[in-house]
Amino acid sequence: MSGVLGAVDHKRIGVLYLFSALIFALIGGAEAMVMRAQLSLPNLKLLTPDTYNQVFTMHGTTMIFLVVMPVLTGFGVYLIPLMIGAHDMAFPCLSAVAFWLHIVGGLLLYLSFATGNAPNAGWFSYAPLSEKQYSPGPGLDFWAVSLILIGSGIIASAINFIVTIAASRTAGMTIRRLPLFVWMNLVNAVMIIFALPVLVASLVMLLGDRLLHARFFDAAQGGSPLLWQHYFWIFGHPEVYIMILPAFGMISEIIPVFSRKPIFGYPFVAASTLAIAFLSYGVWVHHMFAVALGRTLLSVFAAASMLIAVPTGVKVFNWTTTMLGGSIRFTTSMLFAVAFLLEFTIGGLSGVAFAAVPVDWQMTDTYFVVAHIHYVLFGGTLFAVFAGVYYWFPKMTGKLLDEPLGRWHFWLIVVGFNATFFVQHILGLLGMPRRVYTYADFPWWGPLNLISTIGAGILTFGVLLFVANVLVSLRFGAVAGCDPWNAWTLEWAEDFSAVTVQSRRPLWDLKHPEAPDWVPES
Amino acid sequence: MPLGSFNPHSSQTQIITALFANVLILSAAVFLIVAGLVAYAVVRYRAEKGLPAGETEPPPNFGSRPIEIAWTVLPILILTALFVMTVRAMARIDAPLEPGRAPDLVITGHQWWWDARYTNGVIAPSEIHIPASRRMLAEIDSTDVIHDFWVPQLARKIDAVPGRPAYVWLEADTPGTYRGECSEFCGADHARMHFLVIAEPEAEYSAWLQRESQPARTPPPVTFQQKCADCHANPAKGPDLSHIASRQTLGAALSPNNPANLALWIEKPQSVKPGNRMPDQQLSGSEVAALTSWLGSLQ
Repeated sequence: MSGVLGAVDHKRIGVLYLFSALIFALIGGAEAMVMRAQLSLPNLKLLTPDTYNQVFTMHGTTMIFLVVMPVLTGFGVYLIPLMIGAHDMAFPCLSAVAFWLHIVGGLLLYLSFATGNAPNAGWFSYAPLSEKQYSPGPGLDFWAVSLILIGSGIIASAINFIVTIAASRTAGMTIRRLPLFVWMNLVNAVMIIFALPVLVASLVMLLGDRLLHARFFDAAQGGSPLLWQHYFWIFGHPEVYIMILPAFGMISEIIPVFSRKPIFGYPFVAASTLAIAFLSYGVWVHHMFAVALGRTLLSVFAAASMLIAVPTGVKVFNWTTTMLGGSIRFTTSMLFAVAFLLEFTIGGLSGVAFAAVPVDWQMTDTYFVVAHIHYVLFGGTLFAVFAGVYYWFPKMTGKLLDEPLGRWHFWLIVVGFNATFFVQHILGLLGMPRRVYTYADFPWWGPLNLISTIGAGILTFGVLLFVANVLVSLRFGAVAGCDPWNAWTLEWAEDFSAVTVQSRRPLWDLKHPEAPDWVPES
Repeated sequence: MPLGSFNPHSSQTQIITALFANVLILSAAVFLIVAGLVAYAVVRYRAEKGLPAGETEPPPNFGSRPIEIAWTVLPILILTALFVMTVRAMARIDAPLEPGRAPDLVITGHQWWWDARYTNGVIAPSEIHIPASRRMLAEIDSTDVIHDFWVPQLARKIDAVPGRPAYVWLEADTPGTYRGECSEFCGADHARMHFLVIAEPEAEYSAWLQRESQPARTPPPVTFQQKCADCHANPAKGPDLSHIASRQTLGAALSPNNPANLALWIEKPQSVKPGNRMPDQQLSGSEVAALTSWLGSLQ
């Protein structure tokens, strides 16, 4: 036990993050299934409205703060030192502090159920609904304090990432030779430093309103409810990219190795990350297009929101082109990476639809948005995470995940995911709002919701099969060896201190002295 | 009653539907290009099974500046076109207000129902009447939390933010009954905060407005004064009931307005619409009957 509690080694902390993210993913997934059960048919009464509102609030908060961000942080903590040839994070104890802050925050969040009043104002908790007057129970206080803790942990680990990447690189590992996973984590960490403190500060203000009558967001007392929205989305939109850039990094490592080709256009894949990071701070008002803010302002944010599709598209084209002319190995990891390309493209394109302001004036806060965010965060981030787990599991455990089980897992997830979420686009177009605990029997709403619920069942089965694969493979899996994929980055070296870094693919150079990536000086 | 964007019934929703169709076509084209490239790569460059470990690697390709420029510039051109379409559509939907133009009606969101107030003092809860084929300027307010006023077939949605009035044009190209919903999460009964917009020919609309401005004809029973008036005689707290018998629906467009549903609502509002602000009042059978019959007379 003290081995867990006292761990400061980056590999242990990384695995702890992944483990806790898995546990919370199962909880958040169970919450999603409860919602899908309630919505499977019109006018069902399995849940009361208030219970439903607690469940969707906890689902969103859990998946964003206790699953997606920790799982990406976990991969970062585990892999970054290995990939840059460092022996640990720059501040090992800070890694541990960040991890335990997020665990304590997560436990506190779930402790709110014990009060009988879990938070119920959504993961965005708009004021004044989140004010004491309209949400008198303790749930929102638990929510705010727990996110302050989790947010502080995320900021701490971002600082650690930046310092580690800046200061702990091995000889020859210049900034232009960083593996793209590390590159994107570096940009991501900088984004976190600018975004998360805004969340923490506004949560403190909300607590001030709720506990000390501070009235920041209370219109009746001279405050401004829109202030909360601006603060929340100045955090919240960069957050969307924070939740996907490290996943982009994983895809940028995995597709080349299984295509047996270097990434196409490394400088453009890297630079487009900077463009995304920069633009992501100028798009937050697209979450507020339905607020009457004036056409000029909305046009500016519409332009920025459309523009951010360009660097994102550059990435997709580069990944796809990397496969062309390759010799593609369809491991389960690669299957998830290829599926990521398609699912994420759908999510990205439906995002562009929202940047066309009048479309947003119809579609925002409908199931079309629910479909969109899940195509980005599940079809995007989580597909990449599955690809990453199959890819790096042998590094972490010494065992390969079972491939036949992996294929079942993959197909169940693909079928279940698309069945669950594709139909939600249509539900949104048919006028179904989000965050409703039930709905009337309008034409097509019932059947489409039923398809979505059945899809969610298949998806659940796929996730459980993945857990089974992890457990079975840990015990009975084939022994991997230190470089099972014939890969090129330092984490796969038997002893990285023996490798000279002269290019972006140091292990390629080692294995192919006849044709190294670097040009020998003549 | 079809909802949503497949069946627009005003010039502004037609503009939105047309814009969405363009976005959909562009998106489908881009998706097909990506999916086509992926499919080509997957089929054409799939490694043969059982390759030995020491097989030859395919030739590397580190990138190409012209290609990168092409797939940066082309999307920018497409998005510029989309941006122009967007800005033009915005200007047509949110037509500018003439200075000093007063709203024709004020629509207010409450937890969890809407009402409309007309310039002659008429208050119409949950059923908003408008003349067909004439644009009405609606002011959108909230008395408590943020709601969102949305009639998918008739108008863009717009947030009702407390203390910050917003304005939206409301119109219908044909007479009819159009369903609206709250589209911003607003607490327990957000799911059941519906309303109807009833578009009528001008003459019928004027007659309705005239009828609604008459006071109720019969005095209320004692029970109403004791148990109901606190909220229902105060338009900020509860829906106005002056002409409830002339409405089509009860409970924020939840159920048809008939004596059985009305009696059920009076007796057990919390089981009809859990979480709403009207408490179960433990009324006797005769009290329920008296209230039902009196309310049923309020044409």
